[in-house]
Amino acid sequence: MATTIQTQLKLRPSGDRRADQRGDGAPANKMTARGVAVFYGAKQALKGIDLDIPENRVLALIGPSGCGKSTFLRCLNRMNDTIDGCRVEGRIALDGEDVYGKTIDAVQLRARVGMVFQKPNPFPKSIYDNIAYGPRIHGLASGRDELDEVVQTSLKRAGLWAEVKDRLREPGTSLSGGQQQRLCIARAIAVSPEVILMDEPCSALDPIATAHIEELIDELRANYTIVIVTHNMQQAARVSQRTAFFHLGEMVECDDTEDIFTNPRDERTQGYITGRYG
Amino acid sequence: MTDLVEHEARPAPPPAPPASLKSRHRSEAFARRLRARHAAERRFRLAGAAAVGLAALMLVLLLGSIVSKGYSAFWEARIRLEVTLDPAEVADRNYNALLRRALYAQFPQVTDRAGKRTLNDLLSSGAPYELEAMVVKDPAIVGTTRTLWVRADDEIDQLLKGHYRRDLPEAERGLSDAKVAAADALLASAALAQGFNTTLFTAGDSREPEQAGVGGAIVGSLLTLLVTMALSVPVGVAAAVYLEEFAPKTRWTDLIEVNINNLAAVPSIIFGLLGLAVFLGFFGMPRSAPLVGGLVMALMTLPVIIIASRVALKAVPPSIREAALGIGASPLQTVLHHVLPLAMPGILTGTIIGMARALGETAPLLMIGMVAFIVDVPHGLTDSATVLPVQIYMWADSPERAFTERTSAAILILLGFLILMNGLAVILRKMFERRW
Ligand SMILES: Nc1ncnc2c1ncn2[C@@H]1O[C@H](COP(=O)(O)OP(=O)(O)O)[C@@H](O)[C@H]1O
Ligand SMILES: [Mg+2]
Repeated sequence: MATTIQTQLKLRPSGDRRADQRGDGAPANKMTARGVAVFYGAKQALKGIDLDIPENRVLALIGPSGCGKSTFLRCLNRMNDTIDGCRVEGRIALDGEDVYGKTIDAVQLRARVGMVFQKPNPFPKSIYDNIAYGPRIHGLASGRDELDEVVQTSLKRAGLWAEVKDRLREPGTSLSGGQQQRLCIARAIAVSPEVILMDEPCSALDPIATAHIEELIDELRANYTIVIVTHNMQQAARVSQRTAFFHLGEMVECDDTEDIFTNPRDERTQGYITGRYG
Repeated sequence: MTDLVEHEARPAPPPAPPASLKSRHRSEAFARRLRARHAAERRFRLAGAAAVGLAALMLVLLLGSIVSKGYSAFWEARIRLEVTLDPAEVADRNYNALLRRALYAQFPQVTDRAGKRTLNDLLSSGAPYELEAMVVKDPAIVGTTRTLWVRADDEIDQLLKGHYRRDLPEAERGLSDAKVAAADALLASAALAQGFNTTLFTAGDSREPEQAGVGGAIVGSLLTLLVTMALSVPVGVAAAVYLEEFAPKTRWTDLIEVNINNLAAVPSIIFGLLGLAVFLGFFGMPRSAPLVGGLVMALMTLPVIIIASRVALKAVPPSIREAALGIGASPLQTVLHHVLPLAMPGILTGTIIGMARALGETAPLLMIGMVAFIVDVPHGLTDSATVLPVQIYMWADSPERAFTERTSAAILILLGFLILMNGLAVILRKMFERRW
């Protein structure tokens, strides 16, 4: 099966446009994590993670269940703050600014670092209100027309506009699973985040809906920095430029996706990749 | 590292089951067990149906007994009189004399004092006030002769409803032969009939059953509930939201939770004693006032509302909170815009159930003096008042037959309000319910 992944790696449009334009080949890091350790009560879930998240790239987090991928993701937008007994150590920076520092507010951070969850979770409100909610509370649109505009562009970017443009007043929960997940992506986009975190966004979806979302992720890369957790190696290979392998609370290795899948340095990575698909 | 080993070593496929096991589901023993299982299920269903049937029967018996005793209270006996409103008597406010004169006119053969006293007793002692109210409302009728239906005494009312046994001798019946004869004479001339009893709904309490109503008690109950609701709903919901959504889970919040649950189980009379000591004793608030009753009831319903609201908030899926927080809603916005609206049906149901309980509560109000005999319909939160269940309690103690049926009627009215409130709970729940 390694061949399949390699084929997909070749098929993928290579490189990053902006990075290429800059001419230095390596994109800037949007976010950086240094020595991040997370504790749930006395239990340590992450042990000193160092990881760079390159701008306008897709970073895939892979690893066996319970290795701390979601935990790491939730540190990036401080969703862990809402969990009782969860303690985060180390430093995570967004554009060089400590997200756990005094200058950044968690609410503001989450507007800049959006999140899409494993299970589609639209609000039990209309499709329109689902998208408009974020811009409304952040005051991103003044007046009805501007809000309509934001809703439309967000839905278009999420590739959902054609399907829902005649039923914006219907509840978001009346959509199919795949549509709901794209609605959630549109909802995240609507607040103009800089980074989008996706925690297994396709695990509840059928293959066609999954393909839809993967295409979407590839398009979104031009404007956003994306971190995606996935259990599907092929998906990681298809959508990401960088891949990080997590194991038992440690970040084992992080490299270009191509290298991880063709030439892993650590035997644990090797075992995981081949064990699942070999 | 263990899972890596697992990935590499593929487990061998399990061995095929032996042939003897394959026929297991078709064996005689299996069929027997299956029959026993079905029989057990039938027994269980039967027992369940019997339990429901028994409960329904009890309810029917209870309601049937109350309705059969109470329905007659919604009618009252009235006597037709040709009243000449002599201006001189009206000027002296001698309405009693006017009514009596009209009644004597229907019994020309009665001339002795004893006979006249019997006739006087046919009329309700409240009848003159009825007439006075009529004159005050329309002074133009003074000087004319009018056909009026005035309220009869409760004994005549009860006789008409068949609550006195005519076949018993006078002494055992409790109603004199002379009165029975007079009533019969009026009936014969169609001057005695039953009409709808509006007094029951408008009047306050009275020593005379035919003038007594639950109007004062209903207003008292509404005023009390108003105070209860205005206090316990905002405080209860706010407390529930804080405990459920914001408070860190520490030993202190656990302690508070346990205490709230305990508070919900405290006998209501204790709240009455507390109200007596604190609101009346310490703050010197007025006795028998709906304000104090409402305060006491608010203390009593608060834990119920907090518990119901917390359950409703817990039932809102965490994914909704994550969704809102994930796009940068503040915790308060998350609660106000998403969690609370979704929890609303449950909160409303809990609130209304708490209110219904407060409406039916008696014991704590006895402690703060709302058990007084109050004739006037209360007009404010500090007026002396009583409430429906206490009114029922007081009437149930009265010896007059007419009060027995009014007790049942008041119970029916109280039940009516409770059904109304529970219906409202269902409607509100339907209205706020959202599918997802
Ligand atoms: N809310 C929590 N409370 C306590 N432990 C948690 C919580 N969430 C996750 N964990 C633990 O942290 C570890 C990492 O979990 P998670 O980040 O969800 O793994 P992954 O997403 O890689 O499957 C697991 O051992 C899990 O049991
Ligand atoms: Mg996970």
